[in-house]
Amino acid sequence: MPLTPVLTTRWGADKSWRLSTYESMEGYAALRTALSMAPDELVTLVKDSGLRGRGGAGFPTGMKWSFIPQPKPGEEPTGPAALPKYLVVNADEGEPGTCKDVPLMMVDPHALIEGVIISAYAIRSKFAVIYVRGEAVHAHRRLVAAVEEAYAAGYLGSDILGSGYDLELVVHAGAGAYICGEETALLDSLEGYRGQPRLKPPFPAVAGLYGAPTVINNVESLASVPFIVRGGADWFKEFGPEKSPGPKIYSLSGRIVRPGQYEAPMGTTLRELIEMAGGIRPGHELKFWTPGGSSTPYFTAEHLDVPLDFDSVAAAGSMLGTTALMIFDETDSIVEATLRFSEFYAHESCGKCTPCREGTFWYVRVLKRFVAGEGTAEDLDTLVDISDNMLGRTFCALGDGATSCVTSSIQLFKDDYLALLPPEEKARVGRFLPIEPVGVAS
Amino acid sequence: MSFPGSPEGAATTGLDSSPFEGRPEVLDALPPLTEQARAEAREIMARYPQPRSALLPMLHLVQSYQGFVSPQGLTFCAEELGLTTAEVAAVATFYTMYKRRPTGRHLVSVCTNTLCAVLGGQRIFDALKADLGVGHDETAADGSVTLEHAECLAACDYAPVVTVDYEFYDQQDVDGARELVAALRRGEKPLPSRGAPLTDFQGVSRQLAGFSQHADEAAARAAVDHPGEYGPTLAGLRLAADRGESAPPMPRSEPAPAPDRGEPRETVRPTGRTGETPGREAADARVAAADTPAEKAGAAESHPDTGTEYGRGRPQKQPRGGTDTPAGTEPGTSGQAPGDGKA
Repeated sequence: MPLTPVLTTRWGADKSWRLSTYESMEGYAALRTALSMAPDELVTLVKDSGLRGRGGAGFPTGMKWSFIPQPKPGEEPTGPAALPKYLVVNADEGEPGTCKDVPLMMVDPHALIEGVIISAYAIRSKFAVIYVRGEAVHAHRRLVAAVEEAYAAGYLGSDILGSGYDLELVVHAGAGAYICGEETALLDSLEGYRGQPRLKPPFPAVAGLYGAPTVINNVESLASVPFIVRGGADWFKEFGPEKSPGPKIYSLSGRIVRPGQYEAPMGTTLRELIEMAGGIRPGHELKFWTPGGSSTPYFTAEHLDVPLDFDSVAAAGSMLGTTALMIFDETDSIVEATLRFSEFYAHESCGKCTPCREGTFWYVRVLKRFVAGEGTAEDLDTLVDISDNMLGRTFCALGDGATSCVTSSIQLFKDDYLALLPPEEKARVGRFLPIEPVGVAS
Repeated sequence: MSFPGSPEGAATTGLDSSPFEGRPEVLDALPPLTEQARAEAREIMARYPQPRSALLPMLHLVQSYQGFVSPQGLTFCAEELGLTTAEVAAVATFYTMYKRRPTGRHLVSVCTNTLCAVLGGQRIFDALKADLGVGHDETAADGSVTLEHAECLAACDYAPVVTVDYEFYDQQDVDGARELVAALRRGEKPLPSRGAPLTDFQGVSRQLAGFSQHADEAAARAAVDHPGEYGPTLAGLRLAADRGESAPPMPRSEPAPAPDRGEPRETVRPTGRTGETPGREAADARVAAADTPAEKAGAAESHPDTGTEYGRGRPQKQPRGGTDTPAGTEPGTSGQAPGDGKA
């Protein structure tokens, strides 16, 4: 597949983050078009485009919008339809490997803001929040400046571009908690509480921020919306597979020659992306990689030709996640990589659910034993057992995600674990528990 | 091999139970949370439909005055929001960026997550620990620098990364990072690879609370426009240009559901639902049709968000500019001259 810059087209322009640059490159043209359409037409357009959420789960964006209860023409609204609607932008990027939204907000903040205004108009929201990760201060700084510019130019505030539509947009800084990227934890955090996930249902579309109907979208999803408005649903579907279309920012990092952001159609393979990135560093070979961040099961060289779209990656046994491709070569230890990912989850577990809080804690303990050469014959069984007790047994996906690297590393590289055992323990290794994901309660 | 986190034998989870600073000699010497701070806290509260949403920015505000979340800071937030200090402390202790003990002038964060670690991040962290004689979340004896290892900083394509006051120093190595920290300790402020010229931890905390940390508009603008090295961010775009590759062209004109093709973009099209009233009135009517029945029904009346009591449209809006001078930060922390930002 070729490179297809869409979201990234403006990124190289002089002061690309400034309104004047943005406007000189078709910026806010889509907003004018959108405000001439009825909100429901926009929802239909985004549904027709097939845009799926870029925050990891891949839920159809237009469908999410359509879940917001709206007053029916000619009827007095009751229940959630009578409440204010909110749009919340999940800009709390922080999963290991994931690094697409922060650069987007740094170099092209108006693309996000235009997407926010159009999307808020589509769901009839008058108050939107960009919840940006606190550590991303430079992205925060440019977002704040861009929001100021947008207010001054009449793209935000009351009577936007003379349309009669009003929108207030607040840039809200988080304070260092990966869990706040989980949408209901983000809402709790935004309401001024500890960022702990809520039990669903009710889903945010019915009872979200302040108990009112709320759409939570990822940065890249919203930044795609103005392009869909300008180019149309059919144009958007020219990129990649029918059920998972669109241009996608692939974030390549690790043992490659030119790490960075590569925008290509959905369904591009790692083999193609590695070629774009100048290959694996000379003299080395690919050993393992993540297709979508640390929460997605590892792939190996066998998976170089898997089309990287939501459905194909799932069919191959992992998840597309955030297309965060961390590339490791034969000098890297899968066990140490898994330990460090597990330390991340142990640090970031919010502590609400026992399986996650305890499971991530014990992952670290057991994996440290392996890395120190002090593992026991039972330790692999213990890791598998911990995974079984976490997967599908927590409020949110953090617990599920924490099991991905552990389970898949044992499936793919069991010998690497065994090689770290002391000789007397290696001799005792016997039967292993079967490694099968238990049924996920949904 | 050493691993990041708490000392062996202590918990490595994020559920850090370390106490807030309580020594009277430290607390008595803190800059006060002034009336101006209270006014700023109320300004933050007015941004949101419900005031409690202001708690996280208010804790950043407390750190901008005092360098960490002090017991006074907890009380300050509790008083303004009508909460107990226990409720505020429960929130403050959940988030990594809220510090419970005084920080140094700068906060140095080294990513030691997997990818940065294998590319050298762990070696960098070990070297800085040795140079400074401190461990994770500890401050050098001279008060210049607080060191921490960070979980992923969302810059894996620039690995290994170090941040100072959260500004990025990309693709670091041990020698470069040691020199960076040595320069900070000498009172210098080396330019980051991406991000604005350094101010200090308190200045950045002020920004995160939603206020300018700069003395004037020109300095703020220069911080926004400060150039950076964006190689990995632009890698795909540059390669596409080299190869002459591009996205399929958009169809020339407006998107599919566009029966009004040919009308000027600025025109607001009547939707039919609201009759044939042209232009502005049509839009007003359409928006009204979507939203005001809620208020008519009175259903929204009991809801906390009843309209324009918050945000910039609120009646009590205060003039901007009166709060641009950071209190509690020293003058001149925004060192850049106006107009030196080149992209």
